Amino acid sequence: MNYTIKKENNCLVVAPTGEIDMSITDALRRDVDRALEQSQVYNIIFDLAGVSFVDSSGLGVILGRYKKVSAAGGRVFLTGAGPQVKKVLELSGLLTLLEEHPSVEYIISKIS
Amino acid sequence: MNKAVLEFSSRAENVAFARVAVAAFVSQVDFTLPDLEEIKVVVSEAVSNAIIHGYENNPDQVVRLEMSIADEYMELVVIDRGKGIEDIQKALEPAFSTDPERMGLGFSFMQSFMDKFKVQSKPGQGTRVKMSRRAGAPRRAVVPEQ
Repeated sequence: MNYTIKKENNCLVVAPTGEIDMSITDALRRDVDRALEQSQVYNIIFDLAGVSFVDSSGLGVILGRYKKVSAAGGRVFLTGAGPQVKKVLELSGLLTLLEEHPSVEYIISKIS
Repeated sequence: MNKAVLEFSSRAENVAFARVAVAAFVSQVDFTLPDLEEIKVVVSEAVSNAIIHGYENNPDQVVRLEMSIADEYMELVVIDRGKGIEDIQKALEPAFSTDPERMGLGFSFMQSFMDKFKVQSKPGQGTRVKMSRRAGAPRRAVVPEQ
């Protein structure tokens, strides 16, 4: 499990790879929150194309960031979810809170 | 019946180990790849619960995982000897969580992805989660036994 976090226009693009479970979520949460503070943007795109597995620990990080940025007027977007990730996202109900789009580029063009 | 038992330290890095071990063992049964992905989610949730809630992230405790397969059937038991659950009914409610950063969906996923699901717990004595699933069986979210 690894991840990149970069600022693109008015978004933070978070792109994890591999498996997201409780062994990585504390670090991921801490690093995304730090990047939010440093970049001063309030929109987050989770690019999940490289994620092969996620459980509710990983979904909790996404939900927690949603609560955080939405309180500041920001939004959270998802893209790239494969079948396993999509299934748990659907079951969790997160897709009713968050917008899912086909690509990072599409989302950035949509909100820039 | 074919059985295997694992005992491992209650460390976060062992959640992935447990997922892979169970998936490898039950792959002797005719589960599809999507089935195995769901079983891995179940293992991840149950073992994470044992570590986070049962042992409150103490890495020096032991999680026990008993698995068995027979014909087209698998059974999984995840046991911790941690703090236990005060109110099982409440813990089983979807989106119930004691932590705002968690979704409270662990038990929901277990119920959705398994055919049978039973939680036994006593405060101070630990928790035992027993689950089973049959390959190829149509599934719906089960009403948990307690």
